[in-house]
Amino acid sequence: MKNLYKYIAVALLVYIHLGGLLLEAPRLNILNETVRALYFHVPMWFGMVLLYSISVYYAIKFLRNPLSDFDLKSVEYANVGTAFGILGILTGMLWANYTWGSPWHGDPKQNGAAIALLVYLAYFVLRGSVDNEEQKARLSAVYNIFAFAAMIPLIFIIPRLTDSMHPGNGGNPGFNAYDLDSRMRLIFYPAVIAWFLIGVWIVSLRVRYRLLQNQLSEN
Amino acid sequence: MKKILTTLLFSFITFLGFSQAAEVEMADTMRANGKIYVVVGIILIVLVGFILYLFALDRKISRLEKLVKK
Repeated sequence: MKNLYKYIAVALLVYIHLGGLLLEAPRLNILNETVRALYFHVPMWFGMVLLYSISVYYAIKFLRNPLSDFDLKSVEYANVGTAFGILGILTGMLWANYTWGSPWHGDPKQNGAAIALLVYLAYFVLRGSVDNEEQKARLSAVYNIFAFAAMIPLIFIIPRLTDSMHPGNGGNPGFNAYDLDSRMRLIFYPAVIAWFLIGVWIVSLRVRYRLLQNQLSEN
Repeated sequence: MKKILTTLLFSFITFLGFSQAAEVEMADTMRANGKIYVVVGIILIVLVGFILYLFALDRKISRLEKLVKK
């Protein structure tokens, strides 16, 4: 039962890879067949934001009740979230190269996402630079809240205020402008769930590994 | 009259279908000759490989947890 979510994630992944490549996708100019990249590129960012949200949740929990388990979970969620973000940047650059003309287009959302990732990389630098375990945990928990509060406007608000080439940005509100037609939603939403669950799974492995490491170093 | 109208209507529908297919280029050839399944197969092999790896890692950590508990 505890492993059920892993099987759900695997089943959804197989479904989205089959469906994402074989089912009908809208015929759009410029995008052509690359429209399918949406099934794989965007879930990376959704996964990152969800994992960062859980990370900041545990950071706040740690500040209210300083248990080292909360700190551990907060770090590992941020860790895997950053991995998702890096994959998001790389897939976005490849996609942009063929649809916008160059891998780095200075698009506000692209820049915002890169800055957000740098803010989170600074989180790991901060952790690495403090020796005292308790201080490290408390400082990084506070910084985690700051990083989350910086990431949301960088990715979701500023690109909407200016002119972004990402769909649904540059004045267009919300999600419907994503011109996701219902066929794409059938694959896109399961893809978000699947990759998020895979992220949670990897986090659980990392947390268990770190707990083992701590137990062994105590003895 | 009715015949002419239906003919016009149907030819219009076909025209719409054709023009859309002609305007936007997609990987239709790959789908037609079935080579798309090669791509799908390769991607699935990578995916399944990584998932099996993840399950193996999971099992390894579980085994170690049991060992440490003892």
